Amino acid sequence: MNHRAIRAIYLFEMARTWRTLLQSIVSPVVSTSLYFVVFGAAIGSRISQVEGVSYGTFIVPGLIMLSVLTQSIANASFGIYFPKFTGTIYEILSAPISYFEIVLGYVGAAATKSIILGLIILATAGLFVPLHIHHPIWMLAFLVLTAVTFSLFGFIIGIWADGFEKLQMIPMLVVTPLTFLGGSFYSIDMLPPTWRTVALLNPVVYLISGFRWSFYEIVDVSVAVSIGMTIAFLVICLVVIWWIFRTGYRLKN
Amino acid sequence: MRSYFRAPLTSLSGPVQPPPPGVCPLSLAAIMSSIISVANLSKTYGSGFKALKNVNLDIKRGEIFALLGPNGAGKTTLISIICGIANPSEGRVLVGGEDIQTSYRKARSLIGLVPQELHTDAFESVWATVSFSRGLFGKPKNPAHIEKVLKDLSLWDKKDNKIITLSGGMKRRVMIAKALSHEPQILFLDEPTAGVDVELRKGMWEVVRTLQQSGVTIILTTHYIEEAEEMADRIGVINKGEIVLVEDKTTLMHKLGKKRLTLHLQGKIAALPENLHHYELELCDNGATLVYDYDTKGERTGITSLLGDLRTAGIRFNDLDTTQSSLEDIFVDLVRTS
Repeated sequence: MNHRAIRAIYLFEMARTWRTLLQSIVSPVVSTSLYFVVFGAAIGSRISQVEGVSYGTFIVPGLIMLSVLTQSIANASFGIYFPKFTGTIYEILSAPISYFEIVLGYVGAAATKSIILGLIILATAGLFVPLHIHHPIWMLAFLVLTAVTFSLFGFIIGIWADGFEKLQMIPMLVVTPLTFLGGSFYSIDMLPPTWRTVALLNPVVYLISGFRWSFYEIVDVSVAVSIGMTIAFLVICLVVIWWIFRTGYRLKN
Repeated sequence: MRSYFRAPLTSLSGPVQPPPPGVCPLSLAAIMSSIISVANLSKTYGSGFKALKNVNLDIKRGEIFALLGPNGAGKTTLISIICGIANPSEGRVLVGGEDIQTSYRKARSLIGLVPQELHTDAFESVWATVSFSRGLFGKPKNPAHIEKVLKDLSLWDKKDNKIITLSGGMKRRVMIAKALSHEPQILFLDEPTAGVDVELRKGMWEVVRTLQQSGVTIILTTHYIEEAEEMADRIGVINKGEIVLVEDKTTLMHKLGKKRLTLHLQGKIAALPENLHHYELELCDNGATLVYDYDTKGERTGITSLLGDLRTAGIRFNDLDTTQSSLEDIFVDLVRTS
């Protein structure tokens, strides 16, 4: 394994994070704080409790997931799209490095950034509401699994996109709505039965449900189903990436 | 720019794997003497355009090989396939005896590529981007080597500058530094002096020559014929995806070169006298100069009889000179006829 190449890509991508600190870390933290102010303090003050947890506390896992999902996709898609856009991808393709190692470098860096961000948001949330994590190991496991899975998804989008519009399209038009409708700010038990059934078609519901369980042991769907759905999505992303590299789709002529 | 590449050349001859089904095996002699062996290579794009048609080519160790061809001839496609950027449709390529597909790690680690376009990480420093390239090729950190490469390319005082702040010529040198960062034994230079001023171009030629002296095999594509004429040991001409010829530069110029005899007349003449009509003569400068092209390969050049017939016709001249046709003339002829 060309571990030096993985390290080079990983550190190169991480360096971009530190270089664009405002955009990478500070901006999502500010946005999340605003969510706390609006949903937690303003609206949350009119909602007593959700399944025995104060509303402000209830939305913490959903808010973390919202940022982790969107940032994983944004980091990984931009990470691989930018070399395509500037043409520096030639160097990656001509280096003695396997496809697996390329993915490990880019997705590893994107997932690391998202995990750091998730933990920063968690710490920020602790400033607004009291927090207690029932299953910290599972919380970390869900965080890592989600960050890796959606970084893989972002990597696919970055390869597929042939312009900045496409790069933004899936995150803006698909992922963000799914996250908002996936129970970030409410339990899907609060929905009418028909909409509850519709909500179960949303894969993000399972991610947030499992993640919220690790905090408060509150679930919309069973934890096993949450883990299963996340791993299923991970496997789908891996299969698509394997196909991309096997065929050279949008990478090699 | 000495002693970059300390690995013994004998180490390049790695195990040779059997070719994929349907591909002709390369001869052992070709593999042993060549650092790159291309056999039956074809490339057809999704649109149906055939960029390469059954290309066979051997690059010798330590030579400077210039690949000439008009736009769209297939030069960059050929380089892209050898370097792993494009997939071949058919055929086989060995680099240092390693198959570029089944043994891509070993094959690619021997190659440094300077692409035609200036693809750089605009916001990175020169030092960071060159170090990144070395890491990408799996080499351990070696600040002394990076320093030497940057100094040799006159980039040392710019090492902390962001690439976006550099001039075009400096960016071109950064690309070369990146390609040299992992101490390759083969260097591909795709149009290295495109858009570069004359002084810098000559500087680049000097860099290339020094690299060759240190044992690096250099494959150069260029539009500038004088560049190939100046630099190359051997010339390959590619046109419409086919290798038209591969020849030692001196032999090529000797075999295909024509000479031109120019006679500066004592007095202007209005037309050629009848006894000179069977010569391929051209009257230039309003009748003040006679130009005669002759083939050096021919048994008879016709010069002696021409001079005799001129004397008979009473045409005298003050001076004469001969010139050898340039590689550009040869290239244009080849491309026109292929």
